[in-house]
Amino acid sequence: MFRSDNFFGIVIVFALLAACAGPDVASGIYDPLETRNREIHEGNRKLDKHLVGPAADIYGTGIPEPVRVGVNHFASNLGEPGTVVNDILQFKLGSALHNTARFILNSTVGVGGIFDPATNMGLESRPSDFGETLHVWGLKEGAYRELPLLGPSTTRDTVGMAVDFFLDPVGLIIQTPERYVTTLASGASRIGDRYRFDDTVDSILYDSADSYAQARLLYLENRRFQLGQGHNEIDDELYDIYEEFDE
Amino acid sequence: MNSFIKRRQFIAGSTVAMLLLTAPERAMAFSVENAKKLIGRVVADINSIINSGKTEAAMLRDFEQIFVNYADVKWVSQLVLGADGRSASAAQKAAFAKAFQGYISRKYGKRFREFIGGSVSVKKAKAIKSFYEVTTIAVLKGEAPFEVVFVVADKNGRFIDMKIEGISLVKAERTEIGAMLDKRRGDLDQMIADVKKAG
Repeated sequence: MFRSDNFFGIVIVFALLAACAGPDVASGIYDPLETRNREIHEGNRKLDKHLVGPAADIYGTGIPEPVRVGVNHFASNLGEPGTVVNDILQFKLGSALHNTARFILNSTVGVGGIFDPATNMGLESRPSDFGETLHVWGLKEGAYRELPLLGPSTTRDTVGMAVDFFLDPVGLIIQTPERYVTTLASGASRIGDRYRFDDTVDSILYDSADSYAQARLLYLENRRFQLGQGHNEIDDELYDIYEEFDE
Repeated sequence: MNSFIKRRQFIAGSTVAMLLLTAPERAMAFSVENAKKLIGRVVADINSIINSGKTEAAMLRDFEQIFVNYADVKWVSQLVLGADGRSASAAQKAAFAKAFQGYISRKYGKRFREFIGGSVSVKKAKAIKSFYEVTTIAVLKGEAPFEVVFVVADKNGRFIDMKIEGISLVKAERTEIGAMLDKRRGDLDQMIADVKKAG
């Protein structure tokens, strides 16, 4: 059950967790690695322009929508056990039950996860990840990071992603060659998302004056919203300017 | 991948374009109830447009009409200009407000078709300092419902921002306009000229 790469995973986790220290930046942008991040961003942009974007077009136009939706459901269903683990680690037992029920329903009635009958029955998707677990445990966001291929993240979310990868129950149980199927599904699902949100991605990556800054802002704002760090002081300052305006 | 790139945020961004510029009648003592009513009217207008069955071009005109009728462009454009706005002359501020109004309606107006067949409804409102946050839920075809929060100023009962799943339109556009300004070495006039053509 315990593979050797788990060990390296744990080492990475502790190394990165140490890096989570830093100022409390719940309300602003903390980006000490900006120079490096921007280089990675340029790489990601080129990758999207020449490879991921065109591949998404081929996938999106070549594969009928119902099939693409099925692939997305299948991939996200496989993530459900990992979500349950995180729910438990966050002491959200209601969500753990909710997501367990989703997994069982969708794996059976939903034909191996291709369909999502759970949502129609009132069990809506309620995703979580280890980045959120770290947040619940009181860890700070850390620095903003743009990761090669994976895109915008923070120190805390990068650690979370690594932990999710190494401790994924499905990944631990399923061996090759079935493993290739799950990897392929999640890859296809992401390519599908790139196609679905094509206009949005294009407007951020290619139409904005500073795509790095735009992606950074959108990621941080949306992530904080997901984690319930919603209301922040920066917003108040933002709107306080309004008070200064003359009629 | 996190959901920040999700289309729906941009979809909602489209509404922002017209909506955050909506300014209803003035009210000196605004309240949570008034804020809620205001956004209720805005949302009702949106719903009637997105379910009108008109052509995209016609819907765009309708949205622009809301925008024109209730526009609070001056204030929002000032928020978007942020610190840079303080050094702007009155003429520059006015020119930017005008350019911004066109820019934002072009930029977000293009995406209204993604709203067709959907609906938006007001859920709750609360006061925060001198503002009200009115939470609405947007339900669009083929998408999980998502939250859109309108920020209404107590000062004059107009709304000044809209946050789609946490993403503030004012902040996103301030980042954009700030970047445009940087690229032009802080040349406000050049930026304004380019905003007129952008979107």
